[in-house]
Amino acid sequence: MSGFFHYFSSHFESFRGEFWALFFGGIGSGIIYAMVAIGYTMVYGVLRLINFAHSEIFMIGGFSGFFVLKYGIGSSTPSGLSSVFFVILGILAGGIAGSLSAVVLERVAYRPLRKRGAPKIAYLISAIGASYFLINIAAKEFGRIGQSMVQPYTDHAVFTIFGAPIQMYTIIILIVSVLMFLALDRIVSATKLGRGIRAVAQDSETASLMGVNIDKTIAVTFLLGGFLGGVAGFLYAMNFGVLYSMGFTPALKAFTAAVLGGIGNLRGAVLGGLILGIVESLSVSFVNPAYIDVVAFAILILVLMFRPTGILGERLGRDA
Amino acid sequence: MKTLLTKKTLKFVGALFILSELAAIMTGPPGNPTHQFDGFKGSLTDPTSLLGLFTTSRWIVFFVYGILASLIVYLVRTKQNVVGKVLEAQRSVSANKTFRIIFFIALVILVVLLPTLIKDAFWQNAMVSQIAVFVLLALGLNVVTGFAGLLDLGFVAFYAVGAYATAWCTGALPLPALFGIHLNTFYAIPIAIALAMISGIILGIPTLRLRGDYLAIVTLGFGEIITVFANNLNGVTGGAMGTGQVPHFAIHVGPVNYVWGIPPVPYYYLTIVFVGIFMIAFSLLEHSRVGRAWTAIREDEVAAESVGINPLKYKVLAFAIGAASAGFAGVMTAAQSNYVTPATFTLGLSINVLVLVIFGGMGSITGVVFGAVVIQTITMYLIHNPPAGYQPQDLYIYIGALLVIMMIFRPAGMIPSRRRSRAHASAASGQE
Repeated sequence: MSGFFHYFSSHFESFRGEFWALFFGGIGSGIIYAMVAIGYTMVYGVLRLINFAHSEIFMIGGFSGFFVLKYGIGSSTPSGLSSVFFVILGILAGGIAGSLSAVVLERVAYRPLRKRGAPKIAYLISAIGASYFLINIAAKEFGRIGQSMVQPYTDHAVFTIFGAPIQMYTIIILIVSVLMFLALDRIVSATKLGRGIRAVAQDSETASLMGVNIDKTIAVTFLLGGFLGGVAGFLYAMNFGVLYSMGFTPALKAFTAAVLGGIGNLRGAVLGGLILGIVESLSVSFVNPAYIDVVAFAILILVLMFRPTGILGERLGRDA
Repeated sequence: MKTLLTKKTLKFVGALFILSELAAIMTGPPGNPTHQFDGFKGSLTDPTSLLGLFTTSRWIVFFVYGILASLIVYLVRTKQNVVGKVLEAQRSVSANKTFRIIFFIALVILVVLLPTLIKDAFWQNAMVSQIAVFVLLALGLNVVTGFAGLLDLGFVAFYAVGAYATAWCTGALPLPALFGIHLNTFYAIPIAIALAMISGIILGIPTLRLRGDYLAIVTLGFGEIITVFANNLNGVTGGAMGTGQVPHFAIHVGPVNYVWGIPPVPYYYLTIVFVGIFMIAFSLLEHSRVGRAWTAIREDEVAAESVGINPLKYKVLAFAIGAASAGFAGVMTAAQSNYVTPATFTLGLSINVLVLVIFGGMGSITGVVFGAVVIQTITMYLIHNPPAGYQPQDLYIYIGALLVIMMIFRPAGMIPSRRRSRAHASAASGQE
């Protein structure tokens, strides 16, 4: 027991010293989990199933941003307004590629099964197949080694909070994500499209009787979720580079975040993403880095066992 | 001309174009990290001969193949009655009991004589380590996914438990050997199977309360975590290097002294005996009370519960029983290759086994054995005689595509389970 206390107290010292740096780092990764988690949650809302291939939408977004910057930016790192331009360009490339691939995915791997009224397990298998196909095509075409992104700006600490430096990167993802979350919230709660999505999520049969075009609504849901997933992929790749399998771990964590917040619940996905990102980042002080992915997974198991509805509860369709 | 330019034909040509281009990319040369688009460019534009007539770009070749294939499909469809008659004849023959028995006996004889017919060292080894072992894995996953309808994406975990348990009780791990002595590998069989079943129960009790899609993702995570632990617990599993000291099987009973050595043929016979045992055991189970309970849970869990079936109990049972054959597959792999390393037990392997089950037919024992033999043979053939530009990892592209295609066009698999097809037929007639 004393060994444990010694372990804990010695780690606690370093923990106190690094707390704020880890905390803000956690917010950065948490926001990215949240963006991916929204894709899971929205698809879950309308189809009642996990889109297993969402991790590859993330990967495609990352690679699209990577290529746009690689061929757009010359040898020197841009600065000033051209930095802003390239960041926006990368975000758009990631988002558009993500949403396109999500729509194609729905068309190819889901819609034929939906038309047939296939059992749930068939959707899962088809999605896993699609995901596996995309990962390995990417591996074949883009190589099996990771590559770092051509940076559109020079990363630097902008200011410090409680002694913890806040990087430009963190500020960019915060601005982008807040803008996207607000836009998504407006779309889902105040437009006709959003009303359609909520109606399908509540009861798709009744919604179709009321004149909602189910196929179109589901496609739009994939499009919105894919856009966020693609942008998240680009933002992640700015820091960690691109690799064919880059989507697997972030997507598993994002799914954990979606479940943690309450699947089907958009605000829950954001909250779950932030909590997961922060907890995971702080646990670096206590857990051997080799097992850091196990932390998120342990959270997933615990939530599923003890509170499967998540923190904010499943709110399929009620509040988006 | 006007009739040809309808929306439907345009759509068809478009789909055909996209699919044939996709096939061209799948089979084309790989790209590389510095010139990422070379792969795409080469896949589409590399000169290839078209049916030996003349040379043109790859994409045209594939498009022509696509048109030819769809023409054949069209002809077969319009001549439905001919195909129907052939199928009818085949069905009536295969329904004939004496024919089935003769076919079965011929098959058994073929399986027994196979090592004398195939002398090639590569194939003899592949028959054990890549085909027979995968038949075992597919049989196990079939219990979980086919019979009970649970999608387990971490099935490789049980395979790993079987292999590491073998290494443990034969004293090949850094850990002190189980029971303190280095056991003969034969004793590892029951121990490994028992440990795999226990790990199935331990994994199953918390996770099997979850809904189907949650179960899939949790088992996926467990499969990954097993690899993380196997790679990092150096003092227990030997870390990323694993262990290379698992002994071969040996019999020392009275006057009989026989040691299984490097040659794969003795392993082949040992494995097919167990394949036979597992096939018989699983088919007895399928038609027992347990098998019926699994079917009931798979089709409608709430209804099953209302007639007094405890879903959790039967699901955990499915996990444990499925784990048994995976555990045995682990023993065979460990003993035959002497090696146990974490690199064997990847997510890719779980999905590879899933494909065997889906292709053969979920819930159909003959189906999954057929699927495993066919797909693994093709895989091995591609590794042994790779076509130009083929890399071993490309296999996973085809596996992914095959999963989607099977789910869209033939969800019941190549040899559908009879009970399942009956259920589907009655459901379809009930709807219409």
